[in-house]
Amino acid sequence: MTAAENRAQTLRKALRCAFPYTIPILAGYLFMGITHGIIMNVSGFSFVYPMIMSLTVFGGAMQFAAVSLLTRAFDPLSALVLTVMINARYLFYGVSMLERYRAAGPKGVYLVYGTVDETFSINYTAAVPEDVDRGWFMFFVTLLDHLYWIAGCTLGGIFGSLISFNTEGLDFVMTAMFLVIFLEQWCKEKNHTCELTGLLLSLLCRVVFGAERFLLPAMLAILAALTLLRRPLEAGGDAP
Amino acid sequence: MTDLQLIVTIAVIALGSLVMRFLPYWLFPAGRPTPAYVRYLGRVLPSAAFGLLVVYALKDVSLTAAPHGLPEAIALAVTAALHLWKRQLLLSVAAGTVCYMLLVQLVF
Repeated sequence: MTAAENRAQTLRKALRCAFPYTIPILAGYLFMGITHGIIMNVSGFSFVYPMIMSLTVFGGAMQFAAVSLLTRAFDPLSALVLTVMINARYLFYGVSMLERYRAAGPKGVYLVYGTVDETFSINYTAAVPEDVDRGWFMFFVTLLDHLYWIAGCTLGGIFGSLISFNTEGLDFVMTAMFLVIFLEQWCKEKNHTCELTGLLLSLLCRVVFGAERFLLPAMLAILAALTLLRRPLEAGGDAP
Repeated sequence: MTDLQLIVTIAVIALGSLVMRFLPYWLFPAGRPTPAYVRYLGRVLPSAAFGLLVVYALKDVSLTAAPHGLPEAIALAVTAALHLWKRQLLLSVAAGTVCYMLLVQLVF
């Protein structure tokens, strides 16, 4: 086999392995992307705007927040502050994926660019078979998710409110996926301090600060708690 | 807003998102050893982040207003039970979602 054929086979194998993991995200992103496109459409924007945002911003929460920024008076500083607050969790993912994404070589740049909740969850937890290239697996998970999102946002922007079928509750697909990934991580670890820290402090902050403002306090609380727990966690050999 | 102001706003959001994604890689470059504290965080943060994501996905559920988070609770229980039994990501997610859609469209 030539080097080119070899490479093509590595890519095909990684794509075949990656695709099934992205099916829930296909459903969730098409739905949420179309919803975002429709909101942009009825707010008076051409489909080009949601399409360009899905390519460059690539983030559900951020793009939904962007609609209200774009329909208010020009205020780039508020836009920047809100962007930093909503996307601060990417710092968590970056710190967690430092070594793996770097090991992927030049395509690691795209892996970092395409960091989102769903892609991070899959790329961090997926059990990739030994004969599948981990770097290309992560690349295809990222690329497929990005394409689903671009397709959803663009379609929603083009067809706007013409689309009407009863999809009420379909957004639950993401909630179910995060729960399953949480359970997988739970089953993988003997000590559940980290999972419980994340779950309980987030719940506490959601109750105290409310749905719109709890994300940042929750992240700071988790960071503080894990920092305080460093010695016992490392001493017990319980840190994964 | 004018078209230029719209473009500037989107550019600010896109660049801000980009910086948040790349910042850890700039702060801890490949050549130098990553501080032990950051490597520790890299090991413990994902588990905590998955807990955060579950709460984040459910953030708009209200326990005080009807239906008191009941459809979510039932669908999450179905998803979890099926997953602990079969350990099939797609099966658990699909069943949980269909269950939730039926509940909110037909029951509640």
